[in-house]
Amino acid sequence: MDAHQKTLRALIVGAACLCLLPYVGRAGLEARRNEARRFEPKRIVSVVPAVTEMLFAIGAGPNVVGVGSYDHFPPAADKLPKVGALLDPDFEKILSLRPDLVVVYDSQADFIARLQRASIPIFHYQHAGLADITQTIRRLGEAVGRTKDAEAVAAGIERDLDAIRARVASLPKTRTLLVFGREPGSLRGIYASGGVGFLHDLLVIAGGTDAFDDVKKQSVVISSEQVLARAPEAIIELYDQDTTDAKLAAERAVWKQLPAVPAVRNNRIYQLRGDFLTVPGPRIVQAARLMADALHPSKKNALHPQ
Amino acid sequence: MTLPLRRGLPAVAMCFLAMIAAILAAPFIGSTTIHFGRVFSTAVPFADNIDAQIFFIARLPRALAAALVGGTLAAAGVIFQGLLRNPLATPYTLGVSTGSALGAMLAITFGASLPFVGITSASLAGSLLAVLIVYFLARARHAGLSTTVLLLAGVTLNAFFSALILFVEYLSDFAQTFRAIRWLMGNLDVVGYSSILGALPFVVFAFAVFAWLARPLNLLSLGADAAGTRGVNVRSVHRWAFFSASIATGAAVAVGGPIGFVGIIVPHLVRLVVGSDHRLVLPGSAFLGAGFLVACDALARIVLAPLELPVGVITAIIGGPFFLWMLIRKR
Repeated sequence: MDAHQKTLRALIVGAACLCLLPYVGRAGLEARRNEARRFEPKRIVSVVPAVTEMLFAIGAGPNVVGVGSYDHFPPAADKLPKVGALLDPDFEKILSLRPDLVVVYDSQADFIARLQRASIPIFHYQHAGLADITQTIRRLGEAVGRTKDAEAVAAGIERDLDAIRARVASLPKTRTLLVFGREPGSLRGIYASGGVGFLHDLLVIAGGTDAFDDVKKQSVVISSEQVLARAPEAIIELYDQDTTDAKLAAERAVWKQLPAVPAVRNNRIYQLRGDFLTVPGPRIVQAARLMADALHPSKKNALHPQ
Repeated sequence: MTLPLRRGLPAVAMCFLAMIAAILAAPFIGSTTIHFGRVFSTAVPFADNIDAQIFFIARLPRALAAALVGGTLAAAGVIFQGLLRNPLATPYTLGVSTGSALGAMLAITFGASLPFVGITSASLAGSLLAVLIVYFLARARHAGLSTTVLLLAGVTLNAFFSALILFVEYLSDFAQTFRAIRWLMGNLDVVGYSSILGALPFVVFAFAVFAWLARPLNLLSLGADAAGTRGVNVRSVHRWAFFSASIATGAAVAVGGPIGFVGIIVPHLVRLVVGSDHRLVLPGSAFLGAGFLVACDALARIVLAPLELPVGVITAIIGGPFFLWMLIRKR
């Protein structure tokens, strides 16, 4: 073997070692990160409204340093720095907050990868239905070192939901069209709840059955023909908090175009107003109560604790 | 009546019959089964008669809306192809649909805070704005309407408005973006007759102009100079063709959303059969376009029942390959 070949071999081995180096480094970081997990995070960033609410509900609010741009509740969260949202998290801003825990949704693959490259501990979760909400609260409690508080909040939600379920259980189920939105001033492009998702689950707890139960999607666009054919006995519509009374009255009148629908004929159209209605967080109990009040007015007073 | 004109008439009559057949058949097809005995029964009051309401409120207006939109887009396609002397022109080439899409996006995103701005009127306003901008751009460089400048102005405005749409969409939240995208796919579920009646004056006006335009467009196909020597007032024909077809397109898009490909497939199919005489191509395209969109919408309603496929998806699936075939076929 001449000197030339020897140099070449040394170069190849050296290059191979250089290639492996990041992995060695990363393994070390991984270990350090796991170790960090055992401590209570002091600088938490959450970009999803539901999780931000959960963090505050379990008492981790003082440790939250950044929230998503759609996070307005509780008011204390609204005052924190906004760092983008589910689809457009502002990575630089998040880094600048020096977080020791970032809560991410499982679908944020790119964001998760970037956080991992920056060795920032993450808490990831995914929601498919109602049961996931209390489960996420409990897991979040473990991750931030507030297991007991989280357990209390989650158990409280489950107890309240059970109470609502029990009070309307004896009553006949109301076939309900749960409308998330439609074209303003018309019955075109109606988005309704299908047979899955937390809002569907809340409707069932509140003593309703979903008019589109058989469609296993969280949200479906339905035609006027389907509204007529499914003949819902009640219609629940969800509106933003800042919707005016005049607007609600106008939107309510639009349903008169389909007078044969039992809900329209019997004037059983319920317009619920509130931004919390669509947030799969700790305030779902309120949403379930409003739905139960609408569907089963005879049990209205029994539903509210004194 | 000249011989080629008479020879093409049976084909136009066939298109007419196809349209009538489609409109009559469509209300009997749907995602639910209804009892036709009860539809026309007077024993039950209309307010309680679900079958009659499905037929008269959900299905019949849809068939009529599809016919109106399909016929208008196909006829407007013929006019634009004649005006621009370009077989690949569509009713959307000159920015009308992007203008109306921008209007609709603004209504979807900011409409909640302005109580009575409907998506339909906003999209109509957007398309009219686009028409005026393109018209004045095209006139600025030329005494009449230069079709080249018209085309360039239209394509540029399309790009600019698309950019604005992206900006508006960035400002909107998930639900709004989702709704906006669905609007772009087209939807003919008009629920009742008010939006059809709203679009009708624009469409009737435009078709009256189209009827007058048929002969001058035939002469224009020889070139502007040749048409001019035969007594065609090229400048005014250009102007009327541009405005009538644009307004008709704007009205159609306001009713059904920017449903694609109808304005290009149908005119070419009709030309294959009847030749290039606008006196045949125009009515033939209007009838066949109406029948085609009614059929596409019926298909859209039943393929995925109880859900429905946006009608624009169906016309695109049929239209995309057709467009390619037209591009590569032997002349």
